[in-house]
Amino acid sequence: MCGYAGKFLEIDLSTKNVKEMRFNEEVLRDYVGGRGLAAKILWDRLGNRWETVDPLGPENTLLFLTGPLTGFFPGGRICVSGKSPQSNGVVGSTVGGEFGIELKCAGYDGIIVSGESEKPIYLFIKDGDIEIRDASHVWGMDAKRTVATLTRECRTILKQRYPLKGEWKEPAILYIGPAGENKVRTAVVAAKWSHAAGYGGYGAVMGAKKLKAIAVKGTGPLPEVADIEAVQRLMQEVCNNAYENESWRRWGTGSGGYEFGAMTSSEPVRNWQEEWHNEKSFGVDKFENRVWIKQYWGDFGCPTTCLKLAVVRFGQFKGAITDNPDYELQAYLGTNLGIFTPEANVYMASVIDDLGLCGIQTGNVLGFVAELFQRGILTKEDLDSIEPKWGDAEAFAVLAKKIAYREGVGNILAEGTYRAALKIGGLKGVDVMPYAVQVKGIGVGAHGIRSGKDYPHICSYVCSVQCGDHTSVAYMPLDEPNSEHIRIFDDSGVICFFNTFGLPSNLVFDFYKAVTGIELTKDEWVSTKAMKIIQLQRAMLLLGGPDLKWNPEIHDDNPPRFYEPLPSGPFKGKTLEKARVDEEKRKYYALVGWDERGIPKSDILKKLGLHDVDKALEKLR
Amino acid sequence: MWIARELSKCSGCRRCEIACSLFHEKRIWPEASRIRIFMLAPGVEFPHFCAQCEDYPCIEACPTKALSVSKETGAVLVDANTCVGCGKCIEACPGRIPHMHPTENRILICDLCGGNPQCVKVCQEGLWGVLRAVPRRTHPYKLYARIPEEIARDLAAKILGEEGEHLL
Repeated sequence: MCGYAGKFLEIDLSTKNVKEMRFNEEVLRDYVGGRGLAAKILWDRLGNRWETVDPLGPENTLLFLTGPLTGFFPGGRICVSGKSPQSNGVVGSTVGGEFGIELKCAGYDGIIVSGESEKPIYLFIKDGDIEIRDASHVWGMDAKRTVATLTRECRTILKQRYPLKGEWKEPAILYIGPAGENKVRTAVVAAKWSHAAGYGGYGAVMGAKKLKAIAVKGTGPLPEVADIEAVQRLMQEVCNNAYENESWRRWGTGSGGYEFGAMTSSEPVRNWQEEWHNEKSFGVDKFENRVWIKQYWGDFGCPTTCLKLAVVRFGQFKGAITDNPDYELQAYLGTNLGIFTPEANVYMASVIDDLGLCGIQTGNVLGFVAELFQRGILTKEDLDSIEPKWGDAEAFAVLAKKIAYREGVGNILAEGTYRAALKIGGLKGVDVMPYAVQVKGIGVGAHGIRSGKDYPHICSYVCSVQCGDHTSVAYMPLDEPNSEHIRIFDDSGVICFFNTFGLPSNLVFDFYKAVTGIELTKDEWVSTKAMKIIQLQRAMLLLGGPDLKWNPEIHDDNPPRFYEPLPSGPFKGKTLEKARVDEEKRKYYALVGWDERGIPKSDILKKLGLHDVDKALEKLR
Repeated sequence: MWIARELSKCSGCRRCEIACSLFHEKRIWPEASRIRIFMLAPGVEFPHFCAQCEDYPCIEACPTKALSVSKETGAVLVDANTCVGCGKCIEACPGRIPHMHPTENRILICDLCGGNPQCVKVCQEGLWGVLRAVPRRTHPYKLYARIPEEIARDLAAKILGEEGEHLL
């Protein structure tokens, strides 16, 4: 089938058995790739025992999946998925870099990893040659040293094995840092130094499987496409659109820390106690002129190159190197911790990246702890002598290290905001859930909804099948450009959402046709295929287990904080009304075919051909 | 002609690799691209391609006379029929720049696309300002033919500062 390499790699780390497998064309047509295909694979393999599957146990299946548009649509990404140790459902988490392209050039559309290894290993894939290699020498290494060591090692192997080929380019590497190794639920699957598949906590799944990294070098071309001229024309159209949007290219979302956040009053400040600040010291000009040393940085084929490289050259945080901070990390490792200087923010981001933690999820849990400290619920004694005062980057960095290594109080915080809140609430005999800004186990992205000026709606997180994920929010109407039903296409074709900004919404479907030869309209996508993926993800989220289960009547809700009035800024006093949220929620349920309790109804599941899902959900009805 | 290069500005977007392989191979095929982006450390990406040394040591070293210099552009041309893929040109190149075609037994070297280099076109279009086509004048072009490790070390120091070299 055009656009696909044609086969998947399947590896059982318990038995070290490696084989190739294929999906029939119908499955690929229905689920496309990436997030869609992940939902299908996970349901087929684990669906009948979903509630007993421990995300951090050997039975969990970890997926690294490309989509048909990967490599063709400008900007390279790959989708990581599995049963999430955060939500206990399925999250399609994508990460930028060259991994997806190298994998396709090696002849594979994806990698399916099951079982768990006894000893630390990494996979080295060179076209059809698959090696399971010892990783004990890189186990424990931080992000930068892991990348440096494995890049050197793999290039040496390639040069020795194929001396006549000339100089070998480095392989693409996905890996985990210490946080993943220690099964921290906020650990990422990382690429380069700081690119991360953050939502979902799949770094912990890699760690549980003792899979430190996957390195891949493919020497083949990208797969055949149905119409190369149309693909080239569309590529140019995407590029031209990007070139016209110079402010987006120049600043990306990195302009957000002051400009966007202040404008929309939707940025977390001190664990969301506020969503507005007036610290101009945190403006994009400060970042640009003080720490950004590379103005344009991007991944495979990207015309936008919205990433930046930042280095702190002097002062207290000298030597900190990291790629962003983009809007999310400026918020979560900046404003949300009361940090308002670029240098401290870059330092926090570099610490988090080196440890292999998620900037959003860890920033969320650190903000939560700092508020508990502010309120005197947690004391210096509870926190191993650390005092997480707002703005104290050093203190937050020490806490982050404790989380990554599960030391002392870090062992509780390593469970993520929701689970930590349950634990701390129990230990202290105080309900701390009002300070946990999360939805169904996933810390909410840095886009508040109280002001009504940002893009998520009042039910966006409530109804999303990826919970607090700000890149996949529920919307009405379902075919709105930001809607989860549309975004699932990016995550399934596996392309970069940021390169779709400003393009007509049917362009990605034209692109899909040019690559695969298959006609797909937006309406068809939204009403059938996206709908099917949504139902699968919703079913697995609700089945949950084994440690947590979600009851939509309780857990399909915004964090309590969002019902408090905004205390400052131009939208001071604005808040959400619970009755309005419930009304919207009911409307959304009806629109996507869920009953009044939020459980997918039989008729829609049967209409979509999901009879087994219907049967499995019987027990919840 | 010659392609002037501003390596430290390279965004690592690889649009040059895509353009090159589409032009020469009619496919997106990074490994078959005549210009290759090396990333021995993230952030330290740079394009690696023929520098057109004034004494052309690769041509000197070719046992089958498969290599020649284009009179129009000064680029090294590979005669695919004569090239036996022995790799002698790779050894002779001070930058180890020529490389084997991934599936065919022949060497790939930048041919400047016959005078309209596609890599320059996309790099200019994207305003990254890394590659620029300039007239060829008297100049020790050989300086630019260096192995990837050496280039990466220098760039890491320039871009990342003191820490740079440790991260390779």
